Amino acid sequence: MSDERGGRGRKKDDKDKGKDGPRRGGFFRRRRVCKFCAEKIDYINYKDVRLLAPFLPERGKIQPRRISGTCALHQRKLQTAIKRARQLALVPYVTD
Amino acid sequence: MSTPRQYELVYLVTPDASEQEVTDLHTQIEQIVQRFNATLDKTENWGRRKLAYEIGHHREATYVVETITGTGELMKEIDRRLRVIDQVIRHLVVRVDEELRVAERTRDSRKANQARRRVARGLPPEPAPGESRGDHDGDDDRDGMEVQR
Repeated sequence: MSDERGGRGRKKDDKDKGKDGPRRGGFFRRRRVCKFCAEKIDYINYKDVRLLAPFLPERGKIQPRRISGTCALHQRKLQTAIKRARQLALVPYVTD
Repeated sequence: MSTPRQYELVYLVTPDASEQEVTDLHTQIEQIVQRFNATLDKTENWGRRKLAYEIGHHREATYVVETITGTGELMKEIDRRLRVIDQVIRHLVVRVDEELRVAERTRDSRKANQARRRVARGLPPEPAPGESRGDHDGDDDRDGMEVQR
C-alpha cells in the first residue's frame, strides 16, 4: 500500500516538474555540465589552485555535486585533489 | 628490493630561512636520493607564497616541489628526515605514476573513440583546426552579424 502511495506521489511530482521544474525557486537555472568532462581535463592537479578555487565557495567547503554539476568520477578526483591542497595550505580548510 | 615508482614531494620551508638554507635542504634530499640509487627528475621552487591558513604562526612559506623516481623505502626515509627538520613546516609525498597513467589512458581512449566515430561519419580521423564546436573566432558570439556592417 505504501508502495502505491509512493508511486502516486512521485507521479504527481513529475507532473509538477514538467510544469514549473526549471523555474522553481524563482530563477532559471541552466543545465550544468561537468567542467572536467567539458574541458577534457584528465588529471586534476592538486597544485593548481586556480583549477580548484571555483569549487570552494567562500566558506571553504567543497561544493556539492548537485550545485556544481560535476560528474561522480570527477567529483571524487576533485575531492582528493582539494584535500591534498588543503594539507599544503594552498586552499583553506575553513574561512570565517 | 621493491619496484621504483614516481613520487611527488612538496615541502614548505619557514619564511625565516635564507636562500642558502633552502638550497641546503635541497642538496640534503638529493644526497638521500643518490644514496638509494634513485633519480631526482625535476625540482621546482615556487618561492615565497602566502599560506591559506596559519601554520605555527607563519603566514607565508617557501614551496619546493620535487619529482622523484625511487622506491617506497626511499620515500619513507625522506619523510622521516623532513619530519625531524624544524625548518620544514609541512610536507607531502604523493605517488603520481598510477594517476598519470590513468589520465593518459583516458585521454588515449577518448582520442581513439573520437577517431572511430569520425571515421564512421565519413570524416578524416583527426579534426581540422577550427572545426570543433568549442572553437570561437575570439570575438563575441554575434556570428553572422559581421557581414551586415
